[in-house]
Amino acid sequence: MHSFGYRANALLTFAVTILALMCTIGSLSDNLNTPSPSAQIEILNINWFQKQPHGNDEVSLTLNITADLQSLFTWNTKQLFIFVAAEYETPKNALNQVSLWDAIIPAKEFAKFSIHTSNKYRFIDQGHSLRGKEFNLTLHWHVMPKTGKMFANKIVMSGYRLPEDYR
Amino acid sequence: MIVSSALIIWKGLMCITGSESPVVVVLSESMEPGFQRGDILFLQMSKDPIRTGEIVVFNIQGRDIPIVHRVIEVHEQRQSGEVRILTKGDNNDVDDRMLYAQGQFWLKQEHIMGRAVGFLPYVGWATIIMTEKPIIKYILIGALGLLVITSKD
Repeated sequence: MHSFGYRANALLTFAVTILALMCTIGSLSDNLNTPSPSAQIEILNINWFQKQPHGNDEVSLTLNITADLQSLFTWNTKQLFIFVAAEYETPKNALNQVSLWDAIIPAKEFAKFSIHTSNKYRFIDQGHSLRGKEFNLTLHWHVMPKTGKMFANKIVMSGYRLPEDYR
Repeated sequence: MIVSSALIIWKGLMCITGSESPVVVVLSESMEPGFQRGDILFLQMSKDPIRTGEIVVFNIQGRDIPIVHRVIEVHEQRQSGEVRILTKGDNNDVDDRMLYAQGQFWLKQEHIMGRAVGFLPYVGWATIIMTEKPIIKYILIGALGLLVITSKD
């Protein structure tokens, strides 16, 4: 029971167990944080709105996204992945969620921002039901930790509407 | 001791998370800087429908390594309740349509193996090294075998 091999084995197991425990506690400490994020999204312009050759509607928008997500950062946060998605329903689909823009916030200093951008990803419907469509814009964030459990949540902003005609 | 406790933890995770493969190793750089090569991800699979933003692990027909990417589009059909999913790696410029099988434009719920819910950095390097340089695997097994033979108990 006292050979080098047994001692090394016991020590290694103990070290790995302690490491795992520290990672778990670090992750649990994220629960102590009570975040209070805020966001606003404004549609500055509908750049164009057309029906594609294969029959699907597509729209291009310019958005102004303002948010303060600083309270989401903890000591165990590696980065925040945020994205804006448009949510709407059509006769064919009970729910559609299309991601329009995303960004990675690497540190707390960058978490309060306001940007003008056109949609990074194409807003294409499965079909042509977008004319006059009411939709929600949701800002989602995904907290990616240094170790442990990942959290995700969102703010839903409703009341947006696409134009009645193509342009 | 390490081997048996690792096995117990693995089987326990399989039961708790309800997934066949509760832990995956990140093999590519397509989700950087969030997930680096060598990190491991803990997966969970529930019957809840997949929604945008979730990081999912899926297999493409004809490829044996699972892919870990984020869902960027979801279309849930009213009549059948079937969900069509489009994914993209955070670090990639384009979505994953090029990766899907020939003629496949969307993923469905059944292709998804699990959602990533937790993560540990660096731990997966052991698996990567053993897969990419099998000689190390043989050396390790040889050394373990030698230990077993030469131990006095």
